[in-house]
Amino acid sequence: MADPATDIVVMESIDKSFPGVHALQKVNFALARGEIHALVGENGAGKSTLIKILTGAERPDSGTIALDGAQVTIRSPLHAQSLGISTVYQEVNLCPNLTVAENLLIGRQPTKRGHVDWSAVNARAREILRGLDIEIDVTRPLGSYSIAIQQMAAIARALVISSAKVLVLDEPTSSLTVHETQQLFRVMRKLKGEGISIVFITHFLDQVYEVSDRVTVLRNGALVGTYETVGLPRLTLITLMLGRSLTELDDITRHKAESSQHIGTDSLLEADGIGLVGSMAPFDLVLHAGEVVGLAGLLGSGRTEMAQLLFGIDKPTTGSLTMDGKPVRKFSPIGSIERGVALCPEDRKADGIVADLTVRENIIMAMQASRGWFRHLSTGEQYRIADTYIKLLKIATPSADQPIRNLSGGNQQKVILARWLATKPRLLILDEPTRGIDVGTKADIQKLVLSLAEEGMSCVFISSELEEVLRTSHRIVVLRDRAKVTEFPGDVDDQAIMRVIAESEA
Amino acid sequence: MKTLRPSINLGRVVESRLFVPVLALSVILLFDLVFVRGFFNLEMKDGHLYGSLIDILRNSAPTVVLAIGMTLVIATGGVDLSVGAIMAIAGSVACILIDPRIVGLNLQGNITAVVGDPTYSFAPIPVVILLSLLAAVACGLWNGLLVSFGRIQPMVATLILMIAGRGIAQLITNSIKIIIFNDSFAYIGNGFIVLPFSLFIVVALFVGAWLLTRRTAIGLFVESVGISFRASLYSGINEKMIKLFAYAFCGFCAGVAGLISVSSIRTSDANQIGLYTELDAILAVVIGGTLLGTGGRFSLLGSVIGGLVIQATQTSMYAIGVAASAITAVKAVMVISVILLYSQQVQDLVRKGAGRLGRKQAAA
Repeated sequence: MADPATDIVVMESIDKSFPGVHALQKVNFALARGEIHALVGENGAGKSTLIKILTGAERPDSGTIALDGAQVTIRSPLHAQSLGISTVYQEVNLCPNLTVAENLLIGRQPTKRGHVDWSAVNARAREILRGLDIEIDVTRPLGSYSIAIQQMAAIARALVISSAKVLVLDEPTSSLTVHETQQLFRVMRKLKGEGISIVFITHFLDQVYEVSDRVTVLRNGALVGTYETVGLPRLTLITLMLGRSLTELDDITRHKAESSQHIGTDSLLEADGIGLVGSMAPFDLVLHAGEVVGLAGLLGSGRTEMAQLLFGIDKPTTGSLTMDGKPVRKFSPIGSIERGVALCPEDRKADGIVADLTVRENIIMAMQASRGWFRHLSTGEQYRIADTYIKLLKIATPSADQPIRNLSGGNQQKVILARWLATKPRLLILDEPTRGIDVGTKADIQKLVLSLAEEGMSCVFISSELEEVLRTSHRIVVLRDRAKVTEFPGDVDDQAIMRVIAESEA
Repeated sequence: MKTLRPSINLGRVVESRLFVPVLALSVILLFDLVFVRGFFNLEMKDGHLYGSLIDILRNSAPTVVLAIGMTLVIATGGVDLSVGAIMAIAGSVACILIDPRIVGLNLQGNITAVVGDPTYSFAPIPVVILLSLLAAVACGLWNGLLVSFGRIQPMVATLILMIAGRGIAQLITNSIKIIIFNDSFAYIGNGFIVLPFSLFIVVALFVGAWLLTRRTAIGLFVESVGISFRASLYSGINEKMIKLFAYAFCGFCAGVAGLISVSSIRTSDANQIGLYTELDAILAVVIGGTLLGTGGRFSLLGSVIGGLVIQATQTSMYAIGVAASAITAVKAVMVISVILLYSQQVQDLVRKGAGRLGRKQAAA
């Protein structure tokens, strides 16, 4: 099975448990020389754990790892690097305020008579990047470049400092544009041509098919199998990942058609020319009870800014907001909660979860905030509420007392959803509720949104995936360059929306 | 071969939040049991209990009181360096209210006639206590305003009062040390109801603080703000008010500690009251398991035990004849040990060690 001639890394019977979770169960994984190997699976499938073990961030409970045919114990990420295994994470771990060249060569600058030879540093950096077909000014700060360039700089650094044989890319494309993704893929293919093996983790199935040679599927901590990408039908791949077939998407479409009959006629929330200088151009928007309004647009088009204005994180500099016909005066999260408005923020890690608190505490937080400091929810009530939503949203957690940081991304998102549902909102704003979440949970959340709408809740749905916005929304607002451009009814086709989004770029 | 299997729950014991403080206290008491003769002796004299243990409890009162307030501040991710100075301010306010004549504010009476009068007080004692505590709370509010609304680094914000506070305390008493003859006020720090009266204050404050944080939502909000103030903000928690509350409460505790200290030595000495106690208070909280710098989960009981650990160490060192000047070295060793015990790496090592031990025994 393991053949050192073709396989550079062979991981066998890797087993790992965390408190309450059996994260990996006797997983085998082999990485061939000079291949791009995609690693896919739902959240909590064990991808991250497997990668952490490969890169030395975690130690397996049992199992063996062979590198170049020799057994190794990978002690730390640094040790992994010295063995030739380098990782580039989703969040770029470089210094944005240093120049590109400094970032690439920090710690191994060429010196001349005891001091750093800066022209040599810059020349060397330029040469390295040229090797990846990237021509940029290496003397500018890294932070002035796009995330894609930063990521490629991180890859370049990984190659420089460790002469990597194995490169692990952990969801590198999740915040890249289509164009940037292509740029990254070119680099990946080039490296593959030079004999470097790449492990590529992604949630985007298109990308799996586009760039990878083989794909390994994990599910619930167990290995499903490793397949040649070319011969694997997409539907089969999804079925392997989910362990069930996806007729659910059809259900959602049907569900949406049904729920559209329940949309109220009176406006729930009315935005009249509200805007925030430097953040969002003034816009009008009317939301009705029972209606799902999707916000479509590119990253940075103003979707999040619009959501925050509606929620009242920032006080608008122009215009007015009316809820139930009454003007809104209290622009603060607590004011919004009192009005019955909820916001699941885009950045789950920074603005959503409180990592060290338990699932229960995370769920009751907003509700408790609305009750104030002294009308304390008793522990019994807290458990009752938490357990209700754990069951309702099928949150996978050993107990309500588990710290939320131990949950997978999708389950954390469900907890944040539960936090807001517990406040019984009449308007729920979901900013990228499905980012970094597996296909199954995505479908769950979309269905949930539609059932809530059917019960009379109004919903603003923001997603980078146009397909998803289309599937769930009764009405779609298109944004571009921090301004509202137009509105479409929910049955518009994606081509029309994309044309509007693209107009300014033409 | 029959083996005991103590390692089963070792991991859980190590992870318990009170593990380090209880361990530290046990180590010190064990040390005393072995090296200090008669350390655990208790004696009943005139209806009062005497003994080294009682001394520790009594002498630790100011530190423990400070640590209770400091716990909330540290849990919000901050720190309060000014508690020592606030103690001095509260003490000065109390003294000037008990005996303002000496400073020249109210010199109608014949000074020599009343000096030494154990019943004399310019303001009634309850008013003295109330106004001193109010002054301390005002100091705490000042810190809180700088940190929450001013968005100033807690260390810098409270440094201002740490430095200026003793000057303010000096101003209040016109730089004169006021000796207190009033016996009712002296009772706070010197009284006995079998046990020292200050102990009852500590217990009342602890119970009050526990109820205030754990029987309301304040505890949860404090932890939540400490862990992620942005997520707290988005959830509708008024993080500014929470921080303001934490610093104000810390100021209140410093006021209580100041009253105990001044009362027990019967003198206002703005340069000495509460000197360096902020460091003991912070150390007590850290020993108690609340993370300095990052904040988040806090344990009031842990901080109380932490305060006892510090005092017990000090008393034990004196008991075996260590010079007062060398005590700081002992404290340094304690700080290093505690920090090591809390470090993730050491905990991982212990856990691994426990696991290995467990496997070995299972095999045996």
